Amino acid sequence: MQRTYEIMFIVRPDILDEDLDKLIAGLEANITQGGGSIKSLEKLGRRKLAYTVKKFNDGNYVLLTINADGSLVGEIERRLRVSEPVIKFISVRMDEEEKRVAKIKAIRATRKKLSAQPAAIPSAPVEPAAAPAPAIEAASA
Amino acid sequence: MADETSTPSAPSTSRPEGSGPGGPGGRPPGARPSGPGGGGRKFFRRKKVCKFCVEKIDSIHYRDVRLLQQFVAERGKIVPRRLTGVCTTHQRGLARAIKQARNIALLPFAARF
Repeated sequence: MQRTYEIMFIVRPDILDEDLDKLIAGLEANITQGGGSIKSLEKLGRRKLAYTVKKFNDGNYVLLTINADGSLVGEIERRLRVSEPVIKFISVRMDEEEKRVAKIKAIRATRKKLSAQPAAIPSAPVEPAAAPAPAIEAASA
Repeated sequence: MADETSTPSAPSTSRPEGSGPGGPGGRPPGARPSGPGGGGRKFFRRKKVCKFCVEKIDSIHYRDVRLLQQFVAERGKIVPRRLTGVCTTHQRGLARAIKQARNIALLPFAARF
């Protein structure tokens, strides 16, 4: 079953640009061969790490959003663990979260439709307010 | 004593727990300023609101460090809900995002000194 995952990994800072591109190309090939597809690839650039990782204080962040099976993600994780220039990685499943956000957005959209008709609302309360008044008169009379 | 001057205000009675531990957390307790000047004006504790509910931030993502950093103390700890006013649902998501961000070295586990 295809799911959306987000894989972020940190490459050591002393790597050359060509090597980084080669590494990413290799990963992309792995994903497409394994039956997955790449939604987006983003190089976030060099960033200071919050703590020291393998004696490095900064690293190249790369963010990869993919559609893949769980088994394929396991395989990619194994490759990232083995590949020497990658010093840290995290893979997060995103589809549930996206579904939840879409649901909230849909609910919000319906709410907006209600509030977008303020012209109809003033006329509506007038009628109920007018309706009880004759009733009271009838009761008193 | 400060509570006696502001008895009619509902927020002060509903938040006695928040004022107690809030004091050592660096935030001036509400009782102090209202005590000396308590003659004329009443002191109302500002109702804390959930930032995520108010600003309609749906997804708390581990990538936006700027957002997460507001809810992390100087030492790198997650700030409790009673101090920030974040609602339960969002605090849960926030804690998850902060922990993910720590794993990928975007946020520190513990700040070094």
